[in-house]
Amino acid sequence: MTTIRRLVALAGLPHGRTGLAVGLGALAVGFGIALITVAGYLISRAAEHPPILALTTTIVVVRFLALARPLARYLERLASHDLAFRGLGRVRANVYERIEPLAPGELDAYRRGDLVNRFVADVDALEGIYLRGLGPLLVALVVSFACVVVAGVVLPAAALVLAVGLGIGGIAVPVLAARMSRLVGRSQASARGELAAELAEILRGAPELAAFGREDDAFARVAAADGELCRLGRRDAFVAGLAESTFVLVVGLTLVGVLALAVAAHDTGTLDRVLVATLALLAVSSFDGVAPLPAAARELSSTLASGRRVLELSDRAPAIADDPRPEPAPQPPVAVALEGVTARYADEAPVFEDLDLRLEPGDRVALVGPSGAGKTTVTSLLLRFLDPERGRVTIGGRDVRDLRQEDVRRTFALAGQEAHVFASSIRENLRLARPGATDEELFDALRRARLRDWVGSLPDGLDTFVGEDGSALSGGQRQRLVVARALLADAPVLLLDEPTAHLDSDTAEALMADVFDAAGDRTILLITHRPEGLDLVDDVVALPQR
Amino acid sequence: MRVLDPRLLRRARAVRALLIVDAALAVVAALLVLAQAFLLARIAARSFGGSSLDDVTPALVLLVAVVSARAFATWGFEVAGRRAAADVISELRLDVVDARLRRRPAALDGVQSAEVATAAVSGVEALEATFARYVPQVALAAIVPVAVLVIVAWIDLLAAGVMLITLPLVPVFMWLVGRYTERRARERWQALAVLANHFHDVVRGLPTLRAFNRGPAQAERIAEVSEEYRRTTMGTLRIAFLSGAILELAATLGIALVAVVVGVRLAEGDIGFESSLTVLVLAPELYLPLRNLAAQWHASADGGAVAERMLDLADASPAEHGSAPAPSPALEPIRFERVSFRYPARDVDVAREVDFEVRPGETVALVGPSGGGKTTLLSLVLRFVEPSSGRILVGDHDLAAVDQAAWRRFVAYVPQQPTLFRGAVADNVRLGDPGATDEAVAAAAGLAGAHEFVSALPDGYQTVVGDGGRAVSTGERRRIALARAFLRDAPLVLLDEPTADLDPESAALVAEAVERLRVGRTVVLVAHRAELAARADRILRIDGGRVVEEVVA
Repeated sequence: MTTIRRLVALAGLPHGRTGLAVGLGALAVGFGIALITVAGYLISRAAEHPPILALTTTIVVVRFLALARPLARYLERLASHDLAFRGLGRVRANVYERIEPLAPGELDAYRRGDLVNRFVADVDALEGIYLRGLGPLLVALVVSFACVVVAGVVLPAAALVLAVGLGIGGIAVPVLAARMSRLVGRSQASARGELAAELAEILRGAPELAAFGREDDAFARVAAADGELCRLGRRDAFVAGLAESTFVLVVGLTLVGVLALAVAAHDTGTLDRVLVATLALLAVSSFDGVAPLPAAARELSSTLASGRRVLELSDRAPAIADDPRPEPAPQPPVAVALEGVTARYADEAPVFEDLDLRLEPGDRVALVGPSGAGKTTVTSLLLRFLDPERGRVTIGGRDVRDLRQEDVRRTFALAGQEAHVFASSIRENLRLARPGATDEELFDALRRARLRDWVGSLPDGLDTFVGEDGSALSGGQRQRLVVARALLADAPVLLLDEPTAHLDSDTAEALMADVFDAAGDRTILLITHRPEGLDLVDDVVALPQR
Repeated sequence: MRVLDPRLLRRARAVRALLIVDAALAVVAALLVLAQAFLLARIAARSFGGSSLDDVTPALVLLVAVVSARAFATWGFEVAGRRAAADVISELRLDVVDARLRRRPAALDGVQSAEVATAAVSGVEALEATFARYVPQVALAAIVPVAVLVIVAWIDLLAAGVMLITLPLVPVFMWLVGRYTERRARERWQALAVLANHFHDVVRGLPTLRAFNRGPAQAERIAEVSEEYRRTTMGTLRIAFLSGAILELAATLGIALVAVVVGVRLAEGDIGFESSLTVLVLAPELYLPLRNLAAQWHASADGGAVAERMLDLADASPAEHGSAPAPSPALEPIRFERVSFRYPARDVDVAREVDFEVRPGETVALVGPSGGGKTTLLSLVLRFVEPSSGRILVGDHDLAAVDQAAWRRFVAYVPQQPTLFRGAVADNVRLGDPGATDEAVAAAAGLAGAHEFVSALPDGYQTVVGDGGRAVSTGERRRIALARAFLRDAPLVLLDEPTADLDPESAALVAEAVERLRVGRTVVLVAHRAELAARADRILRIDGGRVVEEVVA
């Protein structure tokens, strides 16, 4: 229950709209029940052979109900779906806001594929919370109450039977079904996540798997995960079938009960003969209100499973938080330094210990060292994605922990191995660094990265789509795009983390020369394995082997 | 696009028995509803006519029996339908994986892996509605209305006439709206896919967004995208729901009309009470199957759109059929004979009349500007793609006719950006040779210059890497991939910029390792760095998809 409450809070469903949707829903169902009941009354009354005029009112009511019901239903569906989509949008934005501060360190624990599944599919599943869960539940409550009251006015004993029938069919059966489903639901959602992650990995690595002849192994792994999901699906089917059929049984038996009581009551003269059939039809059709509940309960269980997974994601507290009273941003020109820094990730051995690195404004420093020695960790520390275990990171002499994260990051422009290229246009990727940049500014940055001619030759120019993580570009082009973006950011310190990967030596030399030239007065930290660019720096710092 | 794509039906053949049971039980359940209606009318009419409770008890008992039988049939048809659906969904899913793994390993059609994964896992579940609901509903819609009409006609022709007039409205509107919704369902699925890809991209690029202080701004964009999705979908739904409303109107009007007509005639003494009541109770059952069919059709439309996408992916290309035994590159030269290649969606040849030969034991370096087509040549050798024109020969054998798996056993491949699979480092290296011992793995890693850093990892060779495992730098990833190649010990080695991310010491080690590899092996090496290319026997400069220069060392 708390999960539902938290999810509803996450979705921010407004009371007014929700009330409207429920109200319309109750009317729609209510009109439908009334149609059959009043028609039954009409027939029964007609069987007494009264003058036709006596039936006029009833006939008018029947016709009205026939029109009113579809209208009410139409309006209700619009209202409830609109509500659901709004809620969904809110949830997604809320979840994003909570996971955004977590990147990149804390998000590695989740498999990327699983993370995407949670953020996309699991959030999508929450669409059902109102539409197929809360909505039908509230409507059922209102309608069932009304039906029992009406029946009670006519024949209290029958109302009792109806109430019991509605209760079992509307509450006990769905709850039972939901409880059984919950176990299955939770494991299905995570079996899906498992399968999705497995699939995503295999689809990405398909070329290597094929080249090494391991397609069969990979296929078997997916087939196994798939088989597991199927097995769970079959178990779910068994439960689903049971719930629906028990419901059918309850409806039928309630009908028998009400009918028997009505016949007996008429027999003893406590019930007008016209009302026997009417009451029976009311009893049967009143289950229209609770009919969606078994399915709703099942949907709600699997939605809850997805919901829990989403809440898990949004519950994690970021390790890096802003100081409540941050100091003002240091004004450029600024010196940047690591002072006696020891850094480590989670429970592992320290990446390095007691490291000193100082960059005065305008310095050009290269950081070299074997792979894995911690060069990328240095950028994480500078950008404050990671706090040092000992020592401190300073900008303009001030500890970065005393500054706003936003100000810390604005000091740097990053071009890195892991810098992501978005599945969008060249223009959009570049604009990341400077949102309002004009095309001239973009082309200028491209020129400095020696990409301008190539972009100019493209039929779509700046609007060219670059593919998933830049897959439409060659390795070298992707690197140059990322460098262009960094140049555009207009930050005092340029962090160049392996900017020449995938470039041939001639192009790399030229690119380095251009970047250093274009950087002007900026401070540059060049992290590299390659010789290109080392002749352009003032100082080379070597990170020791771990 | 139809809800039941014929290709899907072909797959369903395997579950045909289940589907027949499914449909049969659904029909039985429906016919029992008719029996229930009869009994209800009879009991009420008898009571109206003055019967006591004892008189109607047998009928009540019979009613209980009918209700129980109905419950059992309902259970049966749900289970059968869902199981059939699960089987078809699973088969479809595995087909798609098979297509990507075995038939088209390289992502040539711009398919986004995440979209496919999400669609294949969650989207495909929408097919459950198609098989578990839609298919039995078709059977119901065919049989039940006819049964009801016949019964009512037998009771009172006029009532049957009224029903007959209102009934066709239902399928006519279904068809009209169906055409509209078909297109929209596909659009909606595409919109969902775009949404999914966008979110996936954002999640992957979150660190970059934060580095540029654009993390929070993206929240706005996400809200925008979601709002846009809401607006578009509501637009579609407005019309889709309208169709539902009109269908319901047809049914409710039908019931109302029947009730009034029958009521008036009953009042005038033209029909009996029991007959009238029967007609009234049966009336909703006339429309229900068709209305349910409409609802199931809408629900299945989503599934249909996804299924079509999946079917396209699964059917995309036929499996390679070469079966001739593979000639060994250790003995035969590899020759590109005027090979051209272009990606299916593009107009530009990536390789143009490429013509060169690689002799056994030779090392050939391919150099040239980025995007010139060098990596494509490797894909052609690996047979990820086939030439658009020209052919590749190994000795006298056309590579296209050779058994693919056998050929690839002779090849070791190190791509530009290697994939690390979730698992131990040792197991990642074992991609080259699954049965290798730990010593062999360590030896291969040593040759690739990876042994030191792997040994220094928290769990050494058992450290879990890959998605969600320990993060590893690109340089380290490249060396693990090289270790795979060493472990494989194949006569032909394809290297795509192997020294790209390595520091000077490791680059030198790898260059020496490549020297060791070269002995007695054929190597095709894509290189950017002059030093590496210089050690080759021959250097081919590739530019604009053509061989523009050949230098013999």
